[in-house]
Amino acid sequence: MSWMVWTLPTAIFFSSIAAMLTGMTIWELRSPSIERKGFLPISTTRGDRLFISLLSAAFIHLGIIGFTSLSIWIALALSAVWLLVLMRWG
Amino acid sequence: MNNKVYNNRAWLLVLPMLVLVAFSAIIPLMTVVNYSVQDVLGPNASFFTGTEWFRTMLNDSALQAAFGRQILFSLIILAIQIPLGIGIALIMPKQGWQASAVLILITLPLLIPWNVVGSIWQIFTRGDIGLMGWGLRELGINYNITRNAGDAWATIILMDVWHWTPLVAMLCYSGLRSIPEAYYQAARIDRASKWAVFRYIQLPKLTNVLVIAVLLRFMHSFMIYAEPFVLTGGGPGSSTTFLTQSLATMAIGQQDLGPSAAFSIIYFLVILLVSWVFYTTIMHLQKDKNSQGGA
Repeated sequence: MSWMVWTLPTAIFFSSIAAMLTGMTIWELRSPSIERKGFLPISTTRGDRLFISLLSAAFIHLGIIGFTSLSIWIALALSAVWLLVLMRWG
Repeated sequence: MNNKVYNNRAWLLVLPMLVLVAFSAIIPLMTVVNYSVQDVLGPNASFFTGTEWFRTMLNDSALQAAFGRQILFSLIILAIQIPLGIGIALIMPKQGWQASAVLILITLPLLIPWNVVGSIWQIFTRGDIGLMGWGLRELGINYNITRNAGDAWATIILMDVWHWTPLVAMLCYSGLRSIPEAYYQAARIDRASKWAVFRYIQLPKLTNVLVIAVLLRFMHSFMIYAEPFVLTGGGPGSSTTFLTQSLATMAIGQQDLGPSAAFSIIYFLVILLVSWVFYTTIMHLQKDKNSQGGA
């Protein structure tokens, strides 16, 4: 595995993605998701909303890292809030 | 009403594919992410750099320019190829041996490998031996793709139109063939003009294939590499250097693995976003259509 040059932050990153996917799978098995329409222009399932929030989190991070001098933790906090908002009302 | 029993065990058949994708895509992608936050100098010699490479790449003016050129290129070829493809599909013969002959002739450019397309056009546009280059020069036009950025752009666009409009035309042709004759009969009874037939019968029926055509052509032109690389090598200067070529120079030419990894991830995210938007649009169109058909 040394050729993959793992670091602690990237390991944590991928573990949390894996944990999210596992969690979503268990949640889906326990109570299947119903497609619904929130404030997004399309009707979405839980998985769609998770995907949208992860993708937009990536762009939030890129924007904050690239074009502001704010800390990356602000980007992370913003993304977390956005994820919760999207999962609940999106 | 909805008391069907859902059995999802068929998904298990996808497992071998998942393993394959893990080795060909997911594990390499994870490695790219790991490289993007480090300066890897060799085995056991790497330094954690955090977000530095991302910051550098996002603020690199050469890359920003290449990104702009890439988007401009995609928009130009879409604006040409989609209408042209529809037009060709409309005038293609519908039956008989002519239909087969035209189909084969039109498909030919699609069968040529990309780097060969570049070589063909490189020779075609040469001033001394190339038919187009020589012909334009004889007509008194100062045409030189290694010196004038405008000529280089025009040639790359012409090359891409020549290479890929057939795909759009074929998609549209198949879309047109699937329209039932009854629609045209109804239009003839109403004495609809050719334009009305196109606007209210053919174009709506083509929407789905057109979305696919736009998606394919956008994705492909956004990742174009071999053709401009062979034809102009990104020149004159950097006027036709697209993102893929900047990336290849950085990663393979200069061995700057950290920055190019960061850059690859940004590139990947942009493509992921665009594909997702297109995919959602396609699925939505179909869903709307189904709900109309069911009602």
